[in-house]
Amino acid sequence: MAAPQSFLWARRVILTLLAGFVLLPVYVMVSSSLKPLQDVSGKFQWIPDELTVQPYFDIWETVPLAKYFVNSLIVAGAATVFSVIIAVFSAYAVSRYNFRGKRVFTVTVLSTQMFPGILFLLPLFLIFVNIGNSTGLALYGSRGGLILTYLTFSLPFSIWMLIGYFDSIPRDLDEAAMVDGCGPVRALFRVVVPAAVPGIVAVSVYAFMTAWGEVMFASVMTNDATRTLAVGLQGYATQNDVYWNQVMAASLVVSVPVVAGFLLLQRYLVAGLTAGAVK
Amino acid sequence: MTATVTTDPGVDKSTRGTSRGSGDARRKLPRIPDRIRRGGLPYLLLLPAVLLELLIHLIPMIVGIVMSFRQLTQFFISNWGAAPWTGLDNYRIAVDVDAPIGEALLHSFFVTCVFTFFAVGLSWLLGVAAAIMLQENFRGRGVLRAVFLVPYALPVYAAVITWAFMFQRDNGLINHVLHDQLGLTDQPSFWLIGDNSIYALIIVSVWKGWPFAFLMLMAALQNIPRELYEAASIDGAGIWQQIRKITMPSLRPVNQVLVLVLFLWTFNDFNTPYVLFGKSAPENADLISIHIYQSSFVTWNFGTGSAMSVLLLLFLLVVTAVYLFFTSRGRKGARA
Repeated sequence: MAAPQSFLWARRVILTLLAGFVLLPVYVMVSSSLKPLQDVSGKFQWIPDELTVQPYFDIWETVPLAKYFVNSLIVAGAATVFSVIIAVFSAYAVSRYNFRGKRVFTVTVLSTQMFPGILFLLPLFLIFVNIGNSTGLALYGSRGGLILTYLTFSLPFSIWMLIGYFDSIPRDLDEAAMVDGCGPVRALFRVVVPAAVPGIVAVSVYAFMTAWGEVMFASVMTNDATRTLAVGLQGYATQNDVYWNQVMAASLVVSVPVVAGFLLLQRYLVAGLTAGAVK
Repeated sequence: MTATVTTDPGVDKSTRGTSRGSGDARRKLPRIPDRIRRGGLPYLLLLPAVLLELLIHLIPMIVGIVMSFRQLTQFFISNWGAAPWTGLDNYRIAVDVDAPIGEALLHSFFVTCVFTFFAVGLSWLLGVAAAIMLQENFRGRGVLRAVFLVPYALPVYAAVITWAFMFQRDNGLINHVLHDQLGLTDQPSFWLIGDNSIYALIIVSVWKGWPFAFLMLMAALQNIPRELYEAASIDGAGIWQQIRKITMPSLRPVNQVLVLVLFLWTFNDFNTPYVLFGKSAPENADLISIHIYQSSFVTWNFGTGSAMSVLLLLFLLVVTAVYLFFTSRGRKGARA
């Protein structure tokens, strides 16, 4: 049935406005990153007077951006790998077994989502400091501590989504593998995981984005050596001047990996949500 | 924090696997015992998740509650067990609205409520509008879908710092448009300090938050059977009527969870104001997370900060419980 004109016009107007709203900061980011410093310090220009790629070279000098980049990559990468593996194990157990405490587990894991981060921040900071003092394990200020923290942030959503995904994979598949002599863990890796690749990709993207973008814990739990992009990006402001063109260039550079990855894999995420979470 | 979307947090997952093929529930029952016989395995599979949840969430929560009953200042950081017990003093300080600390906390709580109401409402509204407008296939739909998800994909700090630049008084885009180009203001306004800061915060929060609502609703729309729409159009229902009579009711379960998640997320938001305003937010945009952070890490008063956190958690628990009680009742009514 053809949609009436009223709907088509409403659609055009709404979508145009939304696209404008979404893309405005993106335009500011891109255009300002190509301006010389005096142009971003003066009145805003829609069309840059002069274009330069100098900010893209300067960002690495002004702050140790490369170091932050490596830190963020290590932390987000490791957090993602561990988080997804742990989520796969948990989701498999919940999806395929009946055991005591199953509901308690899922409800508890999901409910940690609603707690304010600030509530864990102080105690976790103290616990990490104290563990360090008593055992010599450097959790506070180390990448390891941040990885441990971040992977629990994405765990609830990942477990939830994978339960939905695993549930949609017929049990007969892994039953058959077990009849053929696989152990349950082998059946998981040989049969269930390959069948759930889209869901696993989706939660991986999600876990990476979560860790890549976190600010609060990064600002407290890192030191000069382990600082991530989330904190490091605020280093372009000096006492008397903010290098806005460099801030924009750096923002763009740190956004490219996650945005590109997300846009490439968003179809999996939507499919995964449709199959699992919003059912 | 992250978010989880469920259509029914109270659902018993043991029945989920059977929901796909309705007839196989009985067939599966005899099989379950032989899985149970490997009694320890599921617990072994869950062990890593349980240990991590304990270390990062549950133990810190208990520690936080214990800390809220102690006088914990910077002198006791490395040995917090030695901090003196003060009973309910921290709570008294936090809720004494006649003294500066309690007054500031109440104000911050009030600001957070107002901010959350507008940010969640607008995010949800934009999310619904976009999801419905992109439900039908047309040229450019895929591109728009990707474009709309960009704010969700961008790292918070990169996006918010761009907004901070746009809101600058002298060299920002917002004042350039409002003051120089449209002449709407007598002089360039301040956006990141003073009275306007709450507007800036809501705008940025909505920009960041609505794509998530859009993503969830878009996924939910794909689960609405096409036959419903076909039947409705045969009965002569126009597209607006179909949206009202089919789309919106079908989205109700997802909406109920989505609004709750958006509420919790927005209420606890730290990243947006922290990047937008720096370590101390203007009074009009002093969100509770930032407020507690400041009370703890800037003034080194961890005991009072913990008490504030516990009060916040209690508030969120009560709101969530009440909300779930009413929505689940509504849902039962809808089923009947």
